[in-house]
Amino acid sequence: MSLRQILDKIEPHFEKGGKYEKWYALYEAADTIFYTPKSVTSSTSHVRDGVDLKRIMITVWFCAFPAMFFGMYNVGLQANSYLAANSLAMSADWHSTIIALLAGNDPGSIWDNMIYGAVYFLPIYLVTFVVGGFWEVLFAMVRGHEVNEGFFVTSILFALICPPTIPLWQVALGISFGVVIGKEVFGGTGKNFLNPALTGRAFLFFAYPAEISGDTVWTAVDGFSGATALSLGASGGVEAISQSISWFDAFIGTMQGSVGETSTLAILIGGAVLLVSKIASWRIVSGVMLGMIATAFLFNAIGSESNPMFGVPPHWHFVIGGFAFGMIFMATDPVSASMTNTGKWVFGALIGVMVVLIRVVNPAFPEGMMLAILFANLFAPYIDYVVIQANIKRRLARV
Amino acid sequence: MFEHYISLFVKAVFVENMALAFFLGMCTFLALSKKMEAAVGLGIAVVVVLGITVPVNNLIYTSLLKEGALAWAGYPEVDLSFLGLLTYIGVIAAIVQILEMVLDKYFPDLYNALGVFLPLITVNCAIMGASLFMVERDYNFGESLVYGVGAGTGWALAIIALAGIREKLKYSDVPEGLRGLGITFITVGLMSLGFMSFSGISL
Repeated sequence: MSLRQILDKIEPHFEKGGKYEKWYALYEAADTIFYTPKSVTSSTSHVRDGVDLKRIMITVWFCAFPAMFFGMYNVGLQANSYLAANSLAMSADWHSTIIALLAGNDPGSIWDNMIYGAVYFLPIYLVTFVVGGFWEVLFAMVRGHEVNEGFFVTSILFALICPPTIPLWQVALGISFGVVIGKEVFGGTGKNFLNPALTGRAFLFFAYPAEISGDTVWTAVDGFSGATALSLGASGGVEAISQSISWFDAFIGTMQGSVGETSTLAILIGGAVLLVSKIASWRIVSGVMLGMIATAFLFNAIGSESNPMFGVPPHWHFVIGGFAFGMIFMATDPVSASMTNTGKWVFGALIGVMVVLIRVVNPAFPEGMMLAILFANLFAPYIDYVVIQANIKRRLARV
Repeated sequence: MFEHYISLFVKAVFVENMALAFFLGMCTFLALSKKMEAAVGLGIAVVVVLGITVPVNNLIYTSLLKEGALAWAGYPEVDLSFLGLLTYIGVIAAIVQILEMVLDKYFPDLYNALGVFLPLITVNCAIMGASLFMVERDYNFGESLVYGVGAGTGWALAIIALAGIREKLKYSDVPEGLRGLGITFITVGLMSLGFMSFSGISL
């Protein structure tokens, strides 16, 4: 019996009046992963395209994979290099038990590094997926809408912007906040105004700053302490950063940071697919780049004696911190960004300006990408409003 | 000097945003943010009212109420600052009345859109709060003018952003129990999270 027949056979149980009516959302989700939805547009003049919301979301999900795999490798690389350099053993907890079963601690071995990273990253992703998925399905069942693949994207993006050492209960808390308060209370995918993954992370960031920022959380070894490129920049400017890491290494991504954000290269590989397939808006991405470059040059020109961050040039801003990840995956979120074409430029530029502004002038937060995007999300509807009003005015004048 | 005013302005607009950092002026903030036109109008009204009342109150405070302020009249030991609250309210009420008449006469559309909320600006805590902050922080006349306009601009920015979001949320499918004010409270909370990016900036 083919899969289609099995699904068709059990379908009556899930429809109205069936035994498992309540679980229809789950049935529908399983069905439409394998087949196109049955409900199609029936009225005239309507754009029909194979690339529906579901396919878009799955594509974004796949495009995050290069960053994810490199992230896992890098988590292992950072930890193993540190262990080897100081001839330490792994910290004794369940992580190290599993790692010791499967691999060694050779920083030169790709396998060892991958396993080390996977043992830290996969539980985070699993918790994100299970807890977030629980809320998603619960709301879908109670409120009678469909389980949306948008959650695949939210879950992987959220997991990738966590530090590898984050406690798993915080992961559960963060994704719960992001999915429930950031998205579901507004009615689910497409109806929220903030990026849910970033909302969850911002919540954790302000609630538990010790586990998600600082110098000790980025490398998965107990007792490790080392400044990230951004905090080096805040204390010593671009000289301090380039002493600890070359620009090319930062571009490739072999530095500390949240799991998925370190490798600008891997992010750009996924980003290229998104841009070519027009899933991510090139206008937003260009806007972010232009805003960042202009603001960074402005600060370079102003200069400052007391704040070395003023002197960090744009090409360094581009590779350190979460800039690339936020630009490709978060800023382009079609729901929370501006919708109009002109608006997308403005929205992108606002993010670019804000991220440098926060990085440079706000000593409290070395990283500005998350807050810059959330801030721009707040003004996205207003930007659209202004663009639309201007358009109306222009066309009225022509009459 | 100029730099000092700029940083005071930026601080009043973003870092110490009246609505999203201090949660002042919430009643009108929530009630009048359903429509963009009304929000923009009210925002401008608040900027104007704050831009006038804070410096005026500053003048009154420094030349009449402050301890020793009456020295020019021959009473150097008199301290009338206990009258502050009363005086500020009176000044604000008078200025709002005048503003109302001006709007009624020259911008009747805006006047109708603002409706009862314009007189309510009188008791808007953001307006009162700005005058009290001015006293507490010992601003001089120039500073209080910049601070008044800045605080008003920050509040206006917040209500305009909220109005944009609420217009967008019209298409949302909010659970029944949360519709209306409930979801607006959540929205404002999340907005405040977005504005946290400025907290900690010291200018």
